[in-house]
This record gives sequence, structure tokens and C-alpha cells, in this order.
Amino acid sequence: MREFKGRVIAPGTVTAPALVSHGGLNTLASFQKALQFGDKKATCGDQNNPDLYNKPMLGKALCLPQTIGSTTGGMVLYCACAMGRQPACMLYSKSIDSLAAAGSILASVWLDGAKMPVIDCLGDEFLDYVKDGMTITVGADGTVIVE
Amino acid sequence: MYLTDEQQAILDGSKGETMAKVMKTLVMYGDTFHADKLVPVSSQYNHLVTSFGLKMMGPVFDLMQQLIDGGAISQQKFSVDPRPLDKNVPANFLQNFVFNNFMYSRQESYEKQLQQLGLMDEDAFTCTCYMDEVGNTPKMGDILSWAESSAVVYANSVLGARCNRNSGIMDIMGSIAGFVPHFGLLTDEGRKATWIVQVATTKKPEAQLLGSAIGMKVMEEVPFITGMEKWLGTELNDENRAYLKDFGAATASNGAVGLFHMENLTPEAKVQGAGLVAEGARVYVIDDTELERVKKNYPVVWKNPAAKPKLCFVGCPHLSMEQLIRWTEDVEAGLKKNGLKQVSIPTVFTTAPAVKKAFDKTEYAKRLADTGVVLSYICPLMYMNNPLCGKMPVITCSNKLRTYSTARYYTEQEILGIITTEGGK
Repeated sequence: MREFKGRVIAPGTVTAPALVSHGGLNTLASFQKALQFGDKKATCGDQNNPDLYNKPMLGKALCLPQTIGSTTGGMVLYCACAMGRQPACMLYSKSIDSLAAAGSILASVWLDGAKMPVIDCLGDEFLDYVKDGMTITVGADGTVIVE
Repeated sequence: MYLTDEQQAILDGSKGETMAKVMKTLVMYGDTFHADKLVPVSSQYNHLVTSFGLKMMGPVFDLMQQLIDGGAISQQKFSVDPRPLDKNVPANFLQNFVFNNFMYSRQESYEKQLQQLGLMDEDAFTCTCYMDEVGNTPKMGDILSWAESSAVVYANSVLGARCNRNSGIMDIMGSIAGFVPHFGLLTDEGRKATWIVQVATTKKPEAQLLGSAIGMKVMEEVPFITGMEKWLGTELNDENRAYLKDFGAATASNGAVGLFHMENLTPEAKVQGAGLVAEGARVYVIDDTELERVKKNYPVVWKNPAAKPKLCFVGCPHLSMEQLIRWTEDVEAGLKKNGLKQVSIPTVFTTAPAVKKAFDKTEYAKRLADTGVVLSYICPLMYMNNPLCGKMPVITCSNKLRTYSTARYYTEQEILGIITTEGGK
């Protein structure tokens, strides 16, 4: 078991199994098919991401360095939150990028009751340590326990 | 973050609940990135990324309606990304049925919302709004609230404007408030290069391949690129602007680049030179072997990798006038060389509606039509993103389209060879 401390972008507490992307998460490529064709498990559709491709993201503690790709990214995350297809939380090893931040902030301001805790700046060690299926517990102060 | 009295009052509700939420969104966005203040948007026009009335985007349309109902209208007119549909682009009955009745069933109502929010005109649908024919070309130093990754990287790098990689929806928030948070690529410090990329190839590198390699390496950081002067010279002519457009789009989609500097070519690099490079910048050398390695690593996700292509897209981002003319001449020459009159597989070139109108007035329009190539204003990416088209063997020389769809990437010369050869081989 290890404990990491990051910065709270969107507050909340949750416990969920980890799903790890070592490369940048292309938000549009990952979520588009899931949102467009009613896949309630939010299966990742990004063929360029071997860590996540074809794996369900719904309810998972999504661990990643940052998001990449199209500037629709934040809007796609916002839609995922509005439609209840979001990960349980998003945990960034690096400082959050502007697209992912926008998605989290838009959901926080404009959606009632959409809860997806977001923590960033968890460090490279976090992403080196965490593996798919490990249990993640997110605390309100940005503490992330991996076991 | 420091707020003026006016900004604080809006946040506190002086202009109503909706405007307060707009301001709260911008303040939270700025606070996340340690912005010191909000600065006025100074460009004449905005550019939005959300152009498509995709059924799945219902929450976005609901939010847009909240803005309209709350009187939170953009203070700037804006252009927006390309339309997702064009009846001139080849599609079978089933595809057309799915496009019109399922996927893009909200297109018409969403375009009405865009008009209410401040759309420039009915032709303002393109990812290359900065083309002269379109007329949304920011000036050096302008502060923007744009989205669309390829347009943002172009505006920052080639035009010297200042814009962060804003997300869809966040783009219009800045335009409604008239302010954006001052951080990242809006600051002098944020525009410093943290990577030096040394291009050491033996021939002019393919723009979309070079951009892909750099994007995947530097991700969201700023590269300072050297070694390109012998291929591009030092002047931003039409050919170079088109090259940098395609190059930038690949850096932004294969990575997350929002700004690049090219030594002795892009405006800030011309003025500041190596002074743009931050202390401790890392170095990435790109030679022929490295480009070949990058290209070979692209996954081929066709069910049958040996399938004959059924469709070819050229123009993601949209082609410039110079590119349309060059492609027309090249396709004609290729067909003549191979004894053909028309392209051997259905081929679609895409460009901005305003560029298409200007092109249609030239002699090249008929010449291109005679080759069998369809010229469209569509967004190839939106066309491709559904299971029906996703199963088709589609080829492209766009690294952005490759990244977001099942389309297979070939260089421009390879594409030219395929579409002008008997049997499309």
C-alpha cells in the first residue's frame, strides 16, 4: 500500500479499481464511440492507446499522465459526466492540461450533482506504482491511497 | 486571481445568474493554472470547435440554450469548425439514413443556436478560419478565446496571436465574458521553448509526419525547430503557410502542442531567435530513420489490411487555395502519366466554403472535377466517426484523421500514386 498526495481540481471522495494509461489519454478518441452509440460501460475506443483500448472506463479510477488531442476533449468529458458515463475519478500524475481541466470545471459549474473527483500533480512515481485492478481510495484533501 | 471591480460584480451576480456562472467557470479555469488576472479578448472574431449536431452532444446543446435563455450572448461574432454532412460526398443509402436520422439529427437546431449566439455567416464553417478567403485572421499579439487544436496552434505559431488550448464550450465562455485567464501561452514565459528539435533529414520531411513525430515526443510542451531553413526558406509564403498548417495540426492531434517556433520562419522566432529557448531545454533529433520509425508504428486497424481502398480524403485540416491548385496539377499529371482519365478510387478534397467559392471561379475547378475528385466543405473526421464508415478501408494523408478514425495514413506522394494508378494500388 502506498499513499500519494496531489492537488484537488474537483473535490470528492471515492473508492474504485484502477485503470491505468501510461500514455496521454486522447479524450475524443477514447470516449466518442462510447457516448455516441450508447455503450453504458464507456469502453475506450482509442486504437492508439494499447493500455486502455477496448477496456471499460465507467466506474474506474482512471490513472493517467495528462489528456491529449482535439480541443473537443473538455466538452466530451462534460458530456460523459452529464450522461453518467464518466470514470469514478481521474487521477493525473502531471499537472492537469487545459482540456481536461475545462471538462472538470464545466461539469462542476453547470451540472447539478455530477461528481467525478479529479486530482492532479500526483507525480511520476504514482503512475509507475499503480497497476490495473488495484484499489484506489481518494480523500477529500487530495490524498490517494493505492493498495 | 485578481479581479477588477467589474469582473467581481459579474461573479457576484450583477448581470444575472447565467453570467455569474460564465464568470465562475473562467475564474476556476484561471485558478487551476495560477492565472494572475483576466485579460480582455482582443481579436475581432472568435472560433469555436463545436460545429456538429451530434445526438450524443445533447448536454452541450442544453448548455448553449441556457446561455441563450440567460442572455449570455457572445460579444464577438465567430466562425466554427466544418459541417459534418455534405450530400456530394459519397455515401450509401444506409450511411445517409444513419447520418441524417440518427447521428446528426440535431444539426439544424444546433445551427440555429449558433446563429443566435453570434455565428459570422452561413459559410463560416471550417477548421481553417484564418484563411484570407474566410476572414477570421487574428493579428500578431491578439488575445484569443479560440478552440480547435489545429487553428489554435496555427494562430499562436504562424500568426503570433496568443491563445491557450481551450476546450469546446470554454471557447465561447471567454467570448461571452470578453475576458480570458492570463496563463500559459498568453504569457511570455509560457511561450518559451522547452524542447529543441533538430531536423536532420536528407529530404524535405512530410509535414504531417514531422508534426506527428514532434507531437508524440514533446506532448504539450513548446518545441523550437531547427534545420528546416534549407527546405522552407525564411519567408511565410502561401506554400509555407500550408506546410505549417498541416505540420501544426499533426503536432496538436498526435500530441498536445499549442505553439511551436520554427527558426528564422515563424514570427516570434524571427524576432527573438534562440532567445525563445528556455534554460535546460531538451533535444530531439529527427532524421530519416526516426521518421520511418514513427510511420511504421502507426497501427493499421482495417479488418483486411490488404483491402483495396474505397475512399480517399485529402484536406484535414481544410486545404488552402494554393494546395487545391497544386493537388489539381499533381492529380492531372499523375493520371496522364498512368494513362487514366479519372482517379481510380473515390476521392474527396475538403476545403473551407469560402475557399471553395473562390476556387470555383478559377479554371482549376473544372480541371479538378474532370479528374473525378469531389470538392467538399465537409469535416472528414465527423464523416468517419461511425461504425458504418469506420469499417470502410479509407486512406488519407492527414495524421489528424488517422489519429481519430480508422483511416490509414499514407504520405501525399503515396496517396497521389494510389489514386492515379489503375486499380488504386
